[in-house]
Amino acid sequence: MNIHEYQAKQLLAKFGVPVSKGIACKTADEVAAAFQTLGEPLAVVKAQIHAGGRGKAGGVKLVRSADEAKKVAQGLFGKSLVTHQTGPEGRVVRTIYVEAGSDIAREMYLAVVMDRGAEAPVVIAAAEGGMDIEELAAHKPQAIARHRVHPIKGLQGFQARALTKHLGLSGEQAKAGAKLIGALVKAFMELDCSLAEINPMIVTKQGEVKALDAKMGFDDNALFRHKEVMELRDLNEEDPKEVEAKKFDLNYIALEGNIGCMVNGAGLAMATMDVIQLKGGKPANFLDVGGGANKQQVTNAFKILLSDKNVKGILVNIFGGIMKCDTIAEGVIAAARETHLSVPLVVRLEGTNVDLGRKLLQESGLNLHTASSLDEAAEKIVKAIA
Amino acid sequence: MSVLVDGNTKILCQGFTGEAGLFHSKNSLAYGTKLVAGVTPGKGGQVIEGVPVFDTVREAKQATGATVSMVYVPAAFTADAINEGIDAELDLVVTITEGIPVADMAFVKDAMKGSKTRLIGPNCPGIITPVTDKTGCKIGIMPAYIHKPGRVGIVSRSGTLTYEAVWQVTSVGMGQSTCIGIGGDPIKGLDFIDCLKLFQDDKDTDGIIMIGEIGGTAEEQACEFIRQYVKKPVVGFIAGATAPPGKRMGHAGAIISGGKGTAKEKKAAMQKAGVHVCDTPSILGATMAKVLRK
Repeated sequence: MNIHEYQAKQLLAKFGVPVSKGIACKTADEVAAAFQTLGEPLAVVKAQIHAGGRGKAGGVKLVRSADEAKKVAQGLFGKSLVTHQTGPEGRVVRTIYVEAGSDIAREMYLAVVMDRGAEAPVVIAAAEGGMDIEELAAHKPQAIARHRVHPIKGLQGFQARALTKHLGLSGEQAKAGAKLIGALVKAFMELDCSLAEINPMIVTKQGEVKALDAKMGFDDNALFRHKEVMELRDLNEEDPKEVEAKKFDLNYIALEGNIGCMVNGAGLAMATMDVIQLKGGKPANFLDVGGGANKQQVTNAFKILLSDKNVKGILVNIFGGIMKCDTIAEGVIAAARETHLSVPLVVRLEGTNVDLGRKLLQESGLNLHTASSLDEAAEKIVKAIA
Repeated sequence: MSVLVDGNTKILCQGFTGEAGLFHSKNSLAYGTKLVAGVTPGKGGQVIEGVPVFDTVREAKQATGATVSMVYVPAAFTADAINEGIDAELDLVVTITEGIPVADMAFVKDAMKGSKTRLIGPNCPGIITPVTDKTGCKIGIMPAYIHKPGRVGIVSRSGTLTYEAVWQVTSVGMGQSTCIGIGGDPIKGLDFIDCLKLFQDDKDTDGIIMIGEIGGTAEEQACEFIRQYVKKPVVGFIAGATAPPGKRMGHAGAIISGGKGTAKEKKAAMQKAGVHVCDTPSILGATMAKVLRK
């Protein structure tokens, strides 16, 4: 789960990460009032969407008066912001963060990620900030410092000192930097983050060290123990079909093709998408119905697949293990009837009671095709919608 | 005839009296698995399905001689359960539970340092060694009847894709030595390299099927290991060629991040290591048959 910049800054501030004063707003009038409340000669109006690259897309603007702030806000609210991370449809701006402006002397990069190789959090720092860290990693890997954080004890003092040295900080700024890094790691660990990124971290002309931007992502598996984080979830930032699927415990991810697929197991679901493409088709989604899918689950899954207007055909691929094929067949038949299925349907069943399952499908009177292998199923559905 | 577990392995089940634990324990017993103890704190002294229940893993091990645990404890308490198995010095802890916080697994892996206990999973189907067509050592949620004793070792990050491979191997008349589902989480126990080494060193395994997926670099590292160490034929598949970047494909570990962990890179690494790469999982069994019968 991801949150907005202003939410991340509010969380991080509680852990002691220095941030500028700011106010989150829902209307252009609120933005104008926020400018007054901040009382600074310069403020930054920042569109809040779950994507990077907002500055380049025109979502971050400097303003010098309440009127100007209001005008900029009017141009942003309700508009779709397209950045390199949003896809062509962009994300609609619903919240704007108005923040006191900073006199930037220098920008740096700082992040904590959960690293699968290190099997622990890792702090990543670079003295050059505000840029694409992946590009920097590819072209100038020596510019990036990495320190493994002990998964229980956290960051050690010498690591924070080494990191500030790498960032080129000295004297009081080094102390402030070490404190900021320590606070970021603490927030990361206490809140079960998957990512906590400050890009850029800045030194101001007045010598302050602080977070100018902030991005946080959380481990979905750990949300159960962080109610305060769960409340920050913004459903507007998620695909409505994915939100709906989650309610039914279905794992659904929307894609851009036209063949809907319903599969049990994540690996088999991915493989099903791959084989559809291999046979010349385009998958409309990833959907894992899980190991214990019943009739109700299958019906829910069908409804979600069919709510995608691009779907021209459906491929069901189930390896019945614990779940028996005849039970799945009954579920598919009931779901097809209940949803008045009108697009071609190919069902591939394998596993326990497969013969009985196939017989039920054939005798259902429904307009469906059966297949005995994944390859055959993919070929059939691609042909059926051609 | 197998790696890690065989027909004589004595196992205990943590989370035995829970719904999932009991259901799958019954299936293991029906398959002839030597499930000798259950562990549920507070339920010690009961006997369920003929299996004695204990409060702690250590008691269960001492009373029954069990050396392997299968864990069905709910995600919020799984790390504690695994650590109990490590503390009791079990040989192997097989963790089926999915949805464990990643930080908890980082904690477990830290606790495992210097311990002799091996971990499989979490978020995996488990491990199975078929002994006859109807019996064997089944530690996990896989459907037993698709397995048949044989000489193909299978290691996979995905559950149902493993069943797919098993079924094909059985259908072409070969059978499996041991099948290991290492799980879909980013921080986990045994990885591909550990399992490849076990299969290479097992005199009763002739060929290995390796099923990977997008995310991380475990497959690339495994391919480097294959080049150096594995002499037996390896047939491979990577799921997720069509997965969009930045999206978690069901498994917590199945995500392409920062342009890394793509199926394309992994398949290229496999090809370079001499692995027989399949473009579709439908031909895993046939490809293994062709390679072994050459």
